[in-house]
Amino acid sequence: MSDIKHLEKVASQTRRDIVRMVHAVQSGHPGGSLGCADLFVALYHSILKQDPSTWTMDGEGEDLFFLSNGHISPVWYSTLARAGYFEISELDSFRKLNTRLQGHPTTHEGLPGIRIASGSLGQGLSAAIGATLSKKLNSDLGYVYVLMGDGELQEGQVWEAAMFAGAKKVNNLIAFVDWNKRQIDGDVKDVLDLGDLNAKWESFGWKTMEMNGNDMSSILSTVEKAKSEDGPVVILMKTEMGAGVDFMMGSHKWHGIPPSNEQLAQALEQLEETLGDY
Amino acid sequence: MAKHENTGSKDTRSGFGEGLHELGKENENVVALCADLTGSLKMNAFANDFPERFVQVGIAEANMMGIAAGLTIGGKIPFTGTFANFSTGRVYDQIRQSIAYSGKNVKICASHAGLTLGEDGATHQILEDIGLMKMLPHMVVINPCDFNQTKAATKAIAAYDGPVYLRFGRPKVPNFTPADQDFEIGKAVLLESGKDVTIIATGHLVWKALEASEQLAEKGINAEVINIHTIKPLDKEAILKSVKKTRCVVTAEEHQMNGGLGDAVAQLLGRELPTAQEYVGVDDSFGESGKPEELLTKYNCDTADIIKAAENAIARK
Repeated sequence: MSDIKHLEKVASQTRRDIVRMVHAVQSGHPGGSLGCADLFVALYHSILKQDPSTWTMDGEGEDLFFLSNGHISPVWYSTLARAGYFEISELDSFRKLNTRLQGHPTTHEGLPGIRIASGSLGQGLSAAIGATLSKKLNSDLGYVYVLMGDGELQEGQVWEAAMFAGAKKVNNLIAFVDWNKRQIDGDVKDVLDLGDLNAKWESFGWKTMEMNGNDMSSILSTVEKAKSEDGPVVILMKTEMGAGVDFMMGSHKWHGIPPSNEQLAQALEQLEETLGDY
Repeated sequence: MAKHENTGSKDTRSGFGEGLHELGKENENVVALCADLTGSLKMNAFANDFPERFVQVGIAEANMMGIAAGLTIGGKIPFTGTFANFSTGRVYDQIRQSIAYSGKNVKICASHAGLTLGEDGATHQILEDIGLMKMLPHMVVINPCDFNQTKAATKAIAAYDGPVYLRFGRPKVPNFTPADQDFEIGKAVLLESGKDVTIIATGHLVWKALEASEQLAEKGINAEVINIHTIKPLDKEAILKSVKKTRCVVTAEEHQMNGGLGDAVAQLLGRELPTAQEYVGVDDSFGESGKPEELLTKYNCDTADIIKAAENAIARK
């Protein structure tokens, strides 16, 4: 089986996990989670230099990943579990009392794989820059990746951080923007138009690339190319919110609502169980 | 004062600068970040001698807090430097989520706190920072009283693993604590023993409390003076021990009465030892432009106010 085929099978299972987790507690954010499932699987099953069995907060010698738009925690939890960071059965505790799988990711409960809390938007890029500077001081050649939402780019701190990384030419830093063009209140262009995103990031001193975030080949080849660039790189990642579940695609309304019993059954019919449900 | 000699007035921010510079030499994991106030924070020596470990972030305090949080991943000990206003209120959510909730080993170092910033006026004179920071779970809050103590505190917090808020100021104030002091986080310092009233002071008002105790002695009032350099965790044992003896208390701080040292002490006493307490602090007001001493007088944070508060507290026993 080709690497791509394998990754696609993992992604299908990840999407099943996402809708089942959100359905089970009737809360959470399925839309963005489904849209970013392919990226997470590509990162944790192919791209990142990592060893889940020896995870440490400092991640010395490893690649680090930061999730800035913390509300898409279901996709991260599923990917971390299926990459071996913790038991897959723990996905059943998502958003329940005393869980390590909080509604938004946190270090507070000691879940392996999480290095900083996120949820209040706009903060992840700054943290990723800090981790990159730390690696540089430690002569550590690992890469630092961070994912932000496109609506999240309306937060001012993102541009403070973008200005810094561009001006100081921070290397080994690769940012993804989940460019699904939707946010809670509607389409991004209607809520607060981001304008020409490529031009914005370029003018802040970043190399920009685009990729199809729902295509494994596009993800793998674009990230490989980004790694060879000098200075910070932002990858504008075109995705479909709700990707993989037909009735969740094409609108912003599945940002943060759970499926009913019937909708869950309908979604699972479209997503092959490839690795066994948790 | 015979027992407490001013060895030459100095600004507490310079104590921070010297402490940070020494840390730079002693600990290669110490890094410093500044938001365009390197001279005001006295961080030049560190920046000049350790340029690879100094991060100039520009006027972007939210990003500075986030970068500091990220730097801890990989074992760095970041010290952020800007004015107290921009170290707290401006970046409260960044500190709350990326530093406090995430348990990051960041040292938030804040100068120009309180009224004694002076002429720049109320936009810069934050009087709410102690309250904001002590409300965050597990945040340590320290407000040393002079140059020597600020330097000692700066060095001590590097050895402590966890988020710390270190508050200091702009003007030259008496330098009277020992240069070789051991700074123990959370440990009150008994400066004067007395039996009639306990005066608990922090920061610049500790010297004022000593002045007040000397003048109270001339009136036959025997005041105990405690320097609370660490507001959180509060040295409960030291406070209860003193108040059990004196049965009345005055708190003194360059901060709003709401949410500061006074409230921390009141909460302790309300739970453990209900006691008459008088507050010296700013009473639900913003500051304004003026000379530091003029402002302390106008906003009732001066030696005379501590004396009056002590007499009122004794009368309420």
